[in-house]
Amino acid sequence: MSAKTLTINGKPVSAREDETILDAARDAGVVMPTLCHLDGLTDIGACRMCLVEVTGINKLLPACTTRVAEGMEVRTDTEQLRKYRRMTVELLFAERNHVCAGCVANNHCELQDVGIAVGMDHVRYDYLFPKHDVDLTHTQFGMDQNRCILCQRCVRVCDEIEGAHTWDVLGRGVKARVITDLNQPWGESLSCTSCGKCVMACPTGAIFKLGSTVEESVKDRSKLAFLKNARDKKQWVM
Amino acid sequence: MSKLRFATVWMGGCSGCHMSFLDLDEWLIPLADLIEVVYSPIVDIKQFPANVDVTLVEGAIANRDNLELIHIIRRNTKVLASFGDCAVTSNVTGMRNPLGGPEVVLDRAYRDAQLLRPQIPDDEGIVPPLIARVAPVHAIVPVDLYIPGCPPSAKRIRAVLEQIVAGKPVEMIGREMLKFG
Repeated sequence: MSAKTLTINGKPVSAREDETILDAARDAGVVMPTLCHLDGLTDIGACRMCLVEVTGINKLLPACTTRVAEGMEVRTDTEQLRKYRRMTVELLFAERNHVCAGCVANNHCELQDVGIAVGMDHVRYDYLFPKHDVDLTHTQFGMDQNRCILCQRCVRVCDEIEGAHTWDVLGRGVKARVITDLNQPWGESLSCTSCGKCVMACPTGAIFKLGSTVEESVKDRSKLAFLKNARDKKQWVM
Repeated sequence: MSKLRFATVWMGGCSGCHMSFLDLDEWLIPLADLIEVVYSPIVDIKQFPANVDVTLVEGAIANRDNLELIHIIRRNTKVLASFGDCAVTSNVTGMRNPLGGPEVVLDRAYRDAQLLRPQIPDDEGIVPPLIARVAPVHAIVPVDLYIPGCPPSAKRIRAVLEQIVAGKPVEMIGREMLKFG
């Protein structure tokens, strides 16, 4: 496999040709906020946190779904990108009801962390305050739509690692939401194996263990990357 | 140097941010040399005064009194700070918004839960009527400074106040200063 040479923020970097800009940036120690990316899952460019500027292309590209190319000049931290990232995070907070103080994931939440990373001290957009349901029909887990950012990590982990594909997305735009099976209560799902991988993958307090209260939802995401690595490369290394 | 004219206000919140302010403990003593508290739930002044340098507003705008007072505060204050998550985001106070108008929560609290003579306290002049939708402060009037946290820790409050009394622009950067919840 051939190597590509590119620059990230002016610094020369080499990467394998099958790597993405995000892979190359991380290898080079460049920190970029992400939300929908999870090691071990296919990237889909849903959250727009990793948008980068590439010389010669007049739109912004998601680093997680853009392959490296020879001679590419990538910038990850410009004024424009910082501005858009903060807008994106604020819009995520405005779209549903993220009440950090009352959330199972408070202090362990990737959305909260990204808010800090982009310097969000308040949300400039009007909160939508939509009415959303909480599904508590499963015997072990709960799903709170109020906290969901539609990163679809649950959808992908269930499909790609567990192989059950219980989760999917219904609707479009602001009405989109994740569902179990054919939009039936989670507790009635026939495909769910109750493995809990979606709980582990969820970046916020949207999917949680029943009985968790405020600040109690702490997750170990490295197990998912371990499973993926074990399956793909037959390497059982923690 | 004359003292900063300083106010704190308790809107639609739980008073937890004020409790956290009192958690400044012994630093309140040197602070008292630098500021003059001209209005606050912990001092006995009924009217919001004129020419206030800094006002910390705890709580969201949730009822008619809040709505009237916040405009007076804005007119009379140089630096208006949203103090805590309810002021910044509407937070727990705003959790009634997705349910519809205020009737839903009033029914729940005063009718559904009461066995004996359920009634909503709506006599004029007793308690202010709830407004249709709880709003963060900056949705009603311009805000100069945001201090997130539920409540903001005493450490965070002190870091902000130290910058204010030093006459510096307040920098809110990093987890210590910005984490909500």
